[in-house]
Amino acid sequence: MAEGKTESPGPKKRGPYISSVTSRSVNLMIRGVVLFFIGVFLALVLNLLQIQRNVTLFPPDVIASIFSSAWWVPPCCGTASAVIGLLYPCIDRHLGEPHKFKREWSSVMRCVAVFVGINHASAKVDFDNNIQLSLTLAALSIGLWWTFDRSRSGFGLGVGIAFLATLVTQLLVYNGVYQYTSPDFLYVRSWLPCIFFAGGITMGNIGRQLAMAEQP
Amino acid sequence: MTLTERLREKISQAFYNHGLLCASYPIPIILFTGLCILACCCPLLKLPLPGTGPVEFTTPVKDYSPPPVASDHKPGEPSERPEWYVGAPVAYIQQIFVKSSVSPWHKNLLAVDVFRSPLSRAFQLVEEIRNHVLRDRKLRNLLPEHGCLLLSPGNFWQNDRERFHADPDIIGTIHQHEPKTLQTSATLKDLLFGVPGKYSGVSLYTRKRMVSYTITLVFQRYHAKFLGSLRARLMLLHPSPNCTLRAESLVHVHFKEEIGIAELIPLVTTYIILFAYIYFSTRKIDMVKSKWGLALAAVVTVLSSLLMSVGLCTLFGLTPTLNGGEIFPYLVVVIGLENVLVLTKSVVSTPVDLEVKLRIAQGLSSESWSIMKNMATELGIILIGYFTLVPAIQEFCLFAVVGLVSDFFLQMLFFTTVLSIDIRRMELADLNKRLPSEACLPPAKPVGRPARFERQLAVRPSTPHTITLQPSSFRNLRLPKRLRVIYFLARTRLAQRLIMAGTVVWIGILVYTDPAGLRTYLAAQVTEQSPLGEGALTPMPVPSGVLPASHPDPAFSIFPADAPKLSENQTLLGEPPEPGGPAEGAQDSPVPEVTWGPEDEELWRKLSFRHWPTLFSYYNITLAKRYISLLPVIPVTLRLNPREALEGRHPQDGRSAWPPRRPGLGGPWEAGPRAPGTAQAHGDVTLYKVAALGLAAGMVLVLLLLCLYRVLCPRNYGQPGSGPGRRRRGELPCDDYGYAPPETEIVPLVLRGHLMDIECLASDGMLLVSCCLAGHVCVWDAQTGDCLTRIPRPGQRRDSGVGSAFEAQESWERLSDSGKGGPEEPGDSPPLRHRPRGPPPPALFGDQPDLTCLIDTNFSAQPRLLEPAQPEPRHRAGCSRARDGPGYDFSRLVQRVYQEDGLAPGPAPALRPPSPGPGPPLTPEEDGVCPPEKGSPSLAWAPSADGSIWSLELQGSLIVVGRSSGRLEVWDAIEGTLRCSSEEVSSGITALVFLDKRIVAARLNGSLDFFSLETGTALSPLQFRGRSSSPASPVYSSSDTVTCRLTHTVPCAHQKPITALKAAAGRLVTGSQDHTLRVFRLEDSCCLFTLQGHSGAITTVYIDQTMVLASGGQDGAICLWDVLTGSRVSHMFAHRGDVTSLTCTTSCVISSGLDDLISIWDRSTGIKLYSIQQDLGCGASLGVISDNLLVTGGQGCVSFWDLNYGDLLQTVYLGKNSEAQPTRQILVLDNAAIVCNFGSELSLVYVPSVLEKLD
Repeated sequence: MAEGKTESPGPKKRGPYISSVTSRSVNLMIRGVVLFFIGVFLALVLNLLQIQRNVTLFPPDVIASIFSSAWWVPPCCGTASAVIGLLYPCIDRHLGEPHKFKREWSSVMRCVAVFVGINHASAKVDFDNNIQLSLTLAALSIGLWWTFDRSRSGFGLGVGIAFLATLVTQLLVYNGVYQYTSPDFLYVRSWLPCIFFAGGITMGNIGRQLAMAEQP
Repeated sequence: MTLTERLREKISQAFYNHGLLCASYPIPIILFTGLCILACCCPLLKLPLPGTGPVEFTTPVKDYSPPPVASDHKPGEPSERPEWYVGAPVAYIQQIFVKSSVSPWHKNLLAVDVFRSPLSRAFQLVEEIRNHVLRDRKLRNLLPEHGCLLLSPGNFWQNDRERFHADPDIIGTIHQHEPKTLQTSATLKDLLFGVPGKYSGVSLYTRKRMVSYTITLVFQRYHAKFLGSLRARLMLLHPSPNCTLRAESLVHVHFKEEIGIAELIPLVTTYIILFAYIYFSTRKIDMVKSKWGLALAAVVTVLSSLLMSVGLCTLFGLTPTLNGGEIFPYLVVVIGLENVLVLTKSVVSTPVDLEVKLRIAQGLSSESWSIMKNMATELGIILIGYFTLVPAIQEFCLFAVVGLVSDFFLQMLFFTTVLSIDIRRMELADLNKRLPSEACLPPAKPVGRPARFERQLAVRPSTPHTITLQPSSFRNLRLPKRLRVIYFLARTRLAQRLIMAGTVVWIGILVYTDPAGLRTYLAAQVTEQSPLGEGALTPMPVPSGVLPASHPDPAFSIFPADAPKLSENQTLLGEPPEPGGPAEGAQDSPVPEVTWGPEDEELWRKLSFRHWPTLFSYYNITLAKRYISLLPVIPVTLRLNPREALEGRHPQDGRSAWPPRRPGLGGPWEAGPRAPGTAQAHGDVTLYKVAALGLAAGMVLVLLLLCLYRVLCPRNYGQPGSGPGRRRRGELPCDDYGYAPPETEIVPLVLRGHLMDIECLASDGMLLVSCCLAGHVCVWDAQTGDCLTRIPRPGQRRDSGVGSAFEAQESWERLSDSGKGGPEEPGDSPPLRHRPRGPPPPALFGDQPDLTCLIDTNFSAQPRLLEPAQPEPRHRAGCSRARDGPGYDFSRLVQRVYQEDGLAPGPAPALRPPSPGPGPPLTPEEDGVCPPEKGSPSLAWAPSADGSIWSLELQGSLIVVGRSSGRLEVWDAIEGTLRCSSEEVSSGITALVFLDKRIVAARLNGSLDFFSLETGTALSPLQFRGRSSSPASPVYSSSDTVTCRLTHTVPCAHQKPITALKAAAGRLVTGSQDHTLRVFRLEDSCCLFTLQGHSGAITTVYIDQTMVLASGGQDGAICLWDVLTGSRVSHMFAHRGDVTSLTCTTSCVISSGLDDLISIWDRSTGIKLYSIQQDLGCGASLGVISDNLLVTGGQGCVSFWDLNYGDLLQTVYLGKNSEAQPTRQILVLDNAAIVCNFGSELSLVYVPSVLEKLD
């Protein structure tokens, strides 16, 4: 989150700068870059968490290193998060209902913390069986949405993202690009959609906050 | 539904009572809460401290057997065995502790001899041990070949005695793998020696001359018989006579899980997120006395609630098994700081004028429902989590529930109380601050004024009417942010200090860790004083660690599996050490006695606690969550006599000391690469070199930084008020970064003529109208500063019957004033006032000199008889002012004098010498000097034209005056004649709007009158634009008829008096004390909206052509409204106390309040950008010159600010006279002149360069 904190402009301090400096496209670009770096960072950190459980998605050869996953994974996550983070405010605007619920940086930070916590739980907590794990994570993800988002568009987008991302991983696994150490459901981990859903909500939250900080 | 309502009411009532309680008894409640926290945290003392240190457990060595794999004791059963003592250990470690000394010490022995031959005995011992395995035939099949690891110092030389003997530099070999930096984990030397470095005695400068090392055996299995026989044999071979070690106990050491970097990174990330969360949360706390104090209290609340939850759980027998550090951030996030913030915000937003107790109670009760609801929701979520039936999650939930409850408890008791204390402090601080500003400008000013005054005269710039904005270098500085950072660094000298500290630490580390550094040097110092003398020391060849590149790495030559076979061939074992016999040479030092004490028994404790994990990690065995067993050490004592020591000596050892005795020995190694034979002095030289280099580097760095500082910061930077500044340093106007630009000084055009504080100011760019409390109106030319007209107060006409007696009231006041305050007056006034005469007598004609000065057109030397700081209550109703002064009425004598105005520079009064004495007979002359006034139309005033002026407007050459009597008057500004008046309603006119031919008057009774002005000739401002200040060219002839017709009346626009009135864009906005605003259309005076949203009386209103409406009230809030729809756009709590004035630019809203703060808000978002602290009493003085230039007033100065960045551009001091006075009001004229109101005088400041900036 360090990048996110330093690069994302605080709304209060730099208000005049943003409004005077950034045109619309520059604004968009800055937000995209910030979101990209946040995504890369989160991907690296969460991957480390998964490694500890030995359920890594990626070849476990270079486990000791931070950059243990395949090189293309963090950029992919970064791009995905940039897209999601830009998509959320965009959809809000098109639907004409600006997101007003808890629009503060502290709330966003809380959301990110809960997201990392969900990942942490999925990595560290021993569950009896995978169904229990999946159910718990699903409940947690929905709780995350309820606590920090509460918008129907956010929920829909989150579900869509989860579905798409799971599909993509499924395809990748089928094609043998990588595999899981212990797949439990059709060659993938069954909790994956929950994580994707929570991630989508989180990135959308950050994206909305960034858009709010920069646009007025 | 009703149930909910009732519940809600109950909760709110309970919270209200609770808030009252908390605010009433803060200290007892805080003490009680502290006790509760301590009591709940008590059980935590029993918990083991978290950490990765090893844990020990001791068992007797007698009939020891490894514990069973499966723990047989039940979990609940008390057991002395720790939980980890299950199954066989990773390894058994047997240390054979060798202490060896050369005795008796011979004088011609070298320092090397202390350890060379003792170390060589290690090879013997190692072989002995190996052969012991083979000797005991019965054990042969018991001992597995691969089961034993044997470490000894001999491993440095690959366990090859020949290599050891050929090695010219033992110390170098030993130290070659020592790291240069500080190292906390075990080094190779420690591993092989098995004793901490300082105990080994392998050093050139030890005094004890005793060498100790261990041979470490690592077994995988425990064989009591083998170990027993090994112990017996070694004790037999090398008896230790005075050994008292009791080999009785076996120590098991359990190592905890180590945290690796991979686990640390997510942990660190979560903590960073946590801190970001706390940061963003506490940033929202606003409008309190000490922001940081409250933020700290909030964090303390959350943390102690966590501690309490852990403590309570422990108390009820729930031992935490989760890793506390890992779940802690999540717990904080779950519990959250939200409640605390909500509480703060709600309490802060209660009306300021309430009592603290009531504020707290109100704030609490208004948020009670949401707090309870949130808490119930969170508890529900956690309960759901509890039913996932996953043990870890259940435990987390349990902690979270207890944490939530205790957090609620703390919020209600601890935080609320802290908040009440804070708010009370704020109110006290407010009171302390407000007090002097009410009693503004006390008469007793500092006495040291004359001296400073002289100085200012000297420095005053020669161009009086220009403000030179700062040189370009300065002005550019404020733009880039990075330069500010550099400034900040430079100001605090942060980098300088950091680098210096870093250098010192670096030098220290270098000196300390260098093998030839301080340690050895100190040791040498000690040894030099020893009887051994320098002869043996200085010539010692110490090739410091330089080894041939091809030197094989001798580390870890662990015995191969077939090592025992190899050692069979060697026959060196079993050679008993000869008892120390008499050696050749006199023994001149005491025999170092080899003693064994209880401290030797557990020497391994002195090793680094990472010693064993490091050792095992070299073999890829982790000790995390496992344990090893340490067997009791076997003591071995070796006594060597000097002869043996000499035999073992390497030819190079004593080369420079005395000729080598046995040059032939170790011949093949003679040719071996050798380090240059530097002397012992080498060490010293290195030390000095390092020290000198470090010192030089440090100095260079400091100098470099100094240069950088000089280059980046101009000389006067940071000391703007060099010398005795007028303000104290703390008061210097400076921006957020502490950057205070240099101040300048100009002489403004001072407009004098009022004798009392100026209350109303109006201008249309060309003319300036001012009205003082005394009720007379002056019209000034805004360009030249000439007084064009003086319209005197109409009161007391009945008495005089001639002219206008505008001074009556002043003279009354002066009389009563000089009676009271006469003695003080001379004390502080003379240096300031250019009064050619002595102090005025307290008599009635103290005001006579005023006369002469009033006639003087430049008004530059007018004495001010009235104390400017006089606490003047704003008596609006002039009649109520009649005080019980002396019974005479001198006003009739003097009032005619004051008919003099700018129009009639009568010559006669100027001729009058100032007469100090009371002179009543002067009146007739005075009467006679002003004949021109007699014919003026002002004579036509009705006697009822009474009441003080409450509002004033100017447009074209017409002045509209609203009086407290309800009378509306239209005056000609140039001629000073009354054109028309209207007197239908007797309720005072509180506010006026004069917009082309239309006059709107707001009255005290809440009604609104619309007048239209009809003139005979067209009222065109252009007619007199550009006209110079010649008073002799009137625009309107007196014959022009101006009539004022009441077109419409809104009888009850507001319930309470209308306090604010503004018009723009065809709309009229009124603000009233009944907390509402109303928007009228100007054309048909139709009410469009009633705007509700303030919780206090409206004090100020702003509307501009873009239809943006802003209003400020006594509740300290600012509301922005959309005039088209009548909806509230935003609402911000801006000030403590009233909002005194409001203006908007295209991008921001500027507000000032009674708290002497000017706040700048983003207009679209309502976010506060920054605020400017004003001087006391200058709170409301602000003006906007352009969209990005703000001017504020201070004590005798005005400051220019860049609105976009909040930068202070410049502070301009306005001459000497206005020095001590606060700027009451600032009016910005079109031609970039600024009018400042300093009490009874006005200053006209031209800012030409501001114009340049605008272009």
